[in-house]
Amino acid sequence: MVAILELNQVYKSFGGIKANQNISLEVEQGSIVGLIGPNGSGKTTLFNSIVGTHPIDSGSIKFNDKEVSELPVPVIAKLGLLRTFQQTRVYGKLNCIDNMVVSHKPTKDGLFSVFSVMPPELTEKAEKLLEFVGLYRKRKLLAGDLSFGQQKLLEMAMALMNEPKMLLLDEPTAGINPTLINGIIDRLIRVNGEFGITLLVIEHNMRVVMGLAQRIFCLAHGEMLAEGSPENIRDDQRVIDAYLGVQ
Amino acid sequence: MNRQTILIIVLGIIGILLPFIFPAYKLQISFLWILIVLALTWDIQGGQMGYNTFGNILFFGIGMYLCASIQVGMFFPLSEWTASGGEKTFVHEPDQFFQGFFVGILAAGLVPAIIAALIGYGILGLRGHYFAICTLGLGIAAGEIAGGIELIGAGQGMTVPPWPKGIGDTELRAEFFYFLSFILMVITFLFLKWAYQTRFGLILNAIRDNEDKAEAMGIPTMRYKIIGWVITAFFVGIAGGLMGNMVGYIEPVEVAFAGATLGVFMILMTILGGKGTLWGPVIGATVFHLFKEGFWTYFLGWQYVALGLLIVVIVVFFPEGLMGWIREKYPEKFGETVDEEDQKSSVEL
Repeated sequence: MVAILELNQVYKSFGGIKANQNISLEVEQGSIVGLIGPNGSGKTTLFNSIVGTHPIDSGSIKFNDKEVSELPVPVIAKLGLLRTFQQTRVYGKLNCIDNMVVSHKPTKDGLFSVFSVMPPELTEKAEKLLEFVGLYRKRKLLAGDLSFGQQKLLEMAMALMNEPKMLLLDEPTAGINPTLINGIIDRLIRVNGEFGITLLVIEHNMRVVMGLAQRIFCLAHGEMLAEGSPENIRDDQRVIDAYLGVQ
Repeated sequence: MNRQTILIIVLGIIGILLPFIFPAYKLQISFLWILIVLALTWDIQGGQMGYNTFGNILFFGIGMYLCASIQVGMFFPLSEWTASGGEKTFVHEPDQFFQGFFVGILAAGLVPAIIAALIGYGILGLRGHYFAICTLGLGIAAGEIAGGIELIGAGQGMTVPPWPKGIGDTELRAEFFYFLSFILMVITFLFLKWAYQTRFGLILNAIRDNEDKAEAMGIPTMRYKIIGWVITAFFVGIAGGLMGNMVGYIEPVEVAFAGATLGVFMILMTILGGKGTLWGPVIGATVFHLFKEGFWTYFLGWQYVALGLLIVVIVVFFPEGLMGWIREKYPEKFGETVDEEDQKSSVEL
């Protein structure tokens, strides 16, 4: 097994709040991994630590065998480790096509490419990916005018436009019309299979995460509570206690 | 050729003919070109990038002082010039005048650009109100500092070398500066028109809409922010150098680092015209200049009250500026026709 992402004893606290304590996990290249846990268990903090939004207190984060815990956000993103946001973040005053085109990662990104013209094949690629997430008819609308769920789909398409090696998805189905959830699960599996992108998914919807992930990590109170296959996690008494409380 | 190109050419021809149609207003129209440059460049930050800067006047003042100092300093001792009231003691030959002017204008563009690059890394890391306050401080501090430097006349100010004798009258001088400021405006406009169509323009808009997202997507936002500021500083610096020569006399807080007048006007003009658009600053500056000159002529004593009323009207009735207002009324002219059915269609997966 080749680990694409490797966390070793990561600690992160905000003042007296210990948001992440002694977190170690490995994500295998090409797999889909779920990250679950009750509200406030430190899942999003862990995402932020991985992509470099805030520095970690101690520990190491390795992406493709490269230490990334000290690197700034854009540099980590350029290495191919991308995240989407729980509260959607799109470029509201730009239309969907422009949102997509600007997300493309240029092959050479020197000082002279600042004033390069966006090649027209990018628009084609953008349209194809928008078709993939079901937003083709919305392509000329301003991203800010889309509904929350549609913005989530757009964010996913923007991430794909960037051609990452690994994608961290923060609740991809939250706030999305329930009739679309099966479609999203299908798309995520295709993203993993056809595009070869490793996925690490935070998800509260157990039906989604159990159907999607090959391996699940469960956090509680900032600590790693359990890890294993979906079946193991489902039957794990500690996980059930963490979610429902101990009798 | 599309309609926009034809419009630009027609306006360009009008610009060339204007000084011969209205010879009495040459200087006034030259000021208008400078104002358009200031509004266009303010819009790079304030409109396209969403960073409200009050500090562009810094580059204007630096360009102005630098250009004048070089014009004098290349041929005469600068300290004696400023101490003695300048042109009474020393006289520039025509050759000297134009050489000095050329080098001065070049430096007035390049030095502010370099300064912008140097201070940009620190200042452009600030966001929102913090950026606005910080740049506001820059402009005010620069004026106070310039008022304390004896070499450039301190609070008394300094004179710029007058138009050399023996090569034509004041009419020729007015035409010379008219066409220089006109060319500067045209170059600024065309450069920005081109730049906004490239990756640069799109990424500035992305930074405006969500900078965190842009960073998370791997865009080196700081690089784009600094380049934008360097462009602004370059054109504003040259505008300052030209303005100093047109006015003929430089004073630290009223003429050079005039944050309370020009520094605010450049923002008002852009907002009046519509920020975040290419034509907005041009329209805004033109309308504003007409109104302002009208107020100063017909409401003298009450001119600032009238100007204040104008600002209130802008904010209340045209919050998106004139261009934004037109855009809302005729979206199809901006290629923004949106199919109702597309809007209502539901997403299917």
